[in-house]
Amino acid sequence: MLEADNLECVRGERRLFAGLGFKLEAGELLYLQGKNGSGKTSLLRMLIGLLPPEAGEIRWKGESIKSDEFRADLCYLGHLNAIKEELTPLENLLASAHLADEALSEDDALDALEQVGLAGREDLACKYLSQGQKRRVALARLVKEKRPLWILDEPFVALDIAAVDWLAGIISGHLQRGGLAVMTTHQLVDIPAGTVRELRLS
Amino acid sequence: MLRIIAAVIGRDLKLAMRRQADIVSALFFFIIVVSLFPLGIGPEPELLRKLAPGVLWVAALLATMLSLPRMFADDHRDGTLEQLALAPHPLGLVVTGKVIAHWLVSGLPLALIAPVLGIQFDLSSDALVALTFAILIGTPALSGIGAIGAALTMGLRGGGVLLSLLVLPLYIPVLIFGAGAVDATVSGLGGEGHLSLLAALTFASLGFAPWASAAALKIALE
Repeated sequence: MLEADNLECVRGERRLFAGLGFKLEAGELLYLQGKNGSGKTSLLRMLIGLLPPEAGEIRWKGESIKSDEFRADLCYLGHLNAIKEELTPLENLLASAHLADEALSEDDALDALEQVGLAGREDLACKYLSQGQKRRVALARLVKEKRPLWILDEPFVALDIAAVDWLAGIISGHLQRGGLAVMTTHQLVDIPAGTVRELRLS
Repeated sequence: MLRIIAAVIGRDLKLAMRRQADIVSALFFFIIVVSLFPLGIGPEPELLRKLAPGVLWVAALLATMLSLPRMFADDHRDGTLEQLALAPHPLGLVVTGKVIAHWLVSGLPLALIAPVLGIQFDLSSDALVALTFAILIGTPALSGIGAIGAALTMGLRGGGVLLSLLVLPLYIPVLIFGAGAVDATVSGLGGEGHLSLLAALTFASLGFAPWASAAALKIALE
C-alpha cells in the first residue's frame, strides 16, 4: 500500500540518507530507528508530503502522494501537539476534526477524552494542563481515527507508563483493523498485534 | 468548500475572543494615533478637514500591520499549521478563512470606530459616510495582501520589520483610493468611482492572495 523507492534526503550540506526504500502492506507497522539527527523526522515529513525528496518516489495505493485522496487517508501526529492553548481539550478535538473535514460528534469527542484519562478536564483551557496531559489531548485524535495510514513522530514522549501501554493498545487495534503505521521512537514499546518491521537509519 | 472556510473562521474568532487584548490594543493604537493629530495641529478646521482622510487611512494601515505577524506564526509554532496543510483540501481555502477572520477582528472594528474619530477632524456627515464605507471596503484588501507578507516572513527572527517593508508599499493603491474617496466626496465630485476601484482591489486580493500565501506557507513548512 505504502511504497518508497530510492529516497534521498539532503538537509543543508549533508546527505542524511540515499537509496532508501521500503514497502508496507495493510496491518504492518514500520519502526524507524536511528540516533538523533539521522533523518527520522525528515523521512516522516517526506512520507506525509511536506518535504519533497531530493530523489526517489513515494506511492500510496500505487499513486503519487501529491493528491487530496492521499491526505484524506493520512493521520499525522508530529512532535508538536497541534493543540491551541486557549481552547479546551474538547474544543481542540472538535476543531481539529472540523478543519480536517471529518465528522466528529461531541459525544464521540467526550468519549475519546475519557479514554485518554482527561475526564473532568474537558472544559479547562489547555494552557493549564501539564505536558503529558497536552500530549494526551493530541493523542485523543487517534481514538476515533478511521484513516488507514498513521504516521507518528515520537508518540510515546512525555507519557506515563500506563499511557504508553494504552497507546500501544490503540496502535495494535489500528493494525488489526488493517491499518498501516509508521513511527519513530527511542523507547522500544511492544506492539502486541500486526507485523512489525524495523528500519534503521545510520 | 464553504464548510472549511467557515470552520477556520469559527476557530480563529474563538481564539481571538479568548485573547481580546490583541484586538483591543490594535484598536486603541488606531484611536490614539488619529487623536494625536488634531491635538498637535491645533484648532484649524480647514486644515484638519484636509488632513483627515490621509491621517485616518495611514493609521488604519499601521493598525492592521500590528496584528499581521501573528496571522500564521502562532499556528506554525504549535504545529497546527502542519495539520492544516495536511487536511484533504487545498491550503488556499484555509488561508481564505484566516484572511476573513483577520479582517473581522482587525479591519471591521476600525471601520466602526472611524466615523467617531472623523468628528475630531470636523468632517461633514457625507464625508463621514464615505470614510466609513471606504475603510469597510478597503480593509479586506489590507488583510489579503498582508497575508502574503505574513506567510513569506513566517518563522523569521525579526520578521516584523521585514513584513512592514514588504507589505506597506503594496498598500499604497488602497491608501490612494481610500483617502481619495473621502477627498472626492468633500470636494463634491462624489466618491463612487474611488469606492468601486477599492472594491475591485479587495476582490482581486481576496481571490489571489490566499493562493500566493498558501504557496509561501508550503515552502516555509519544508
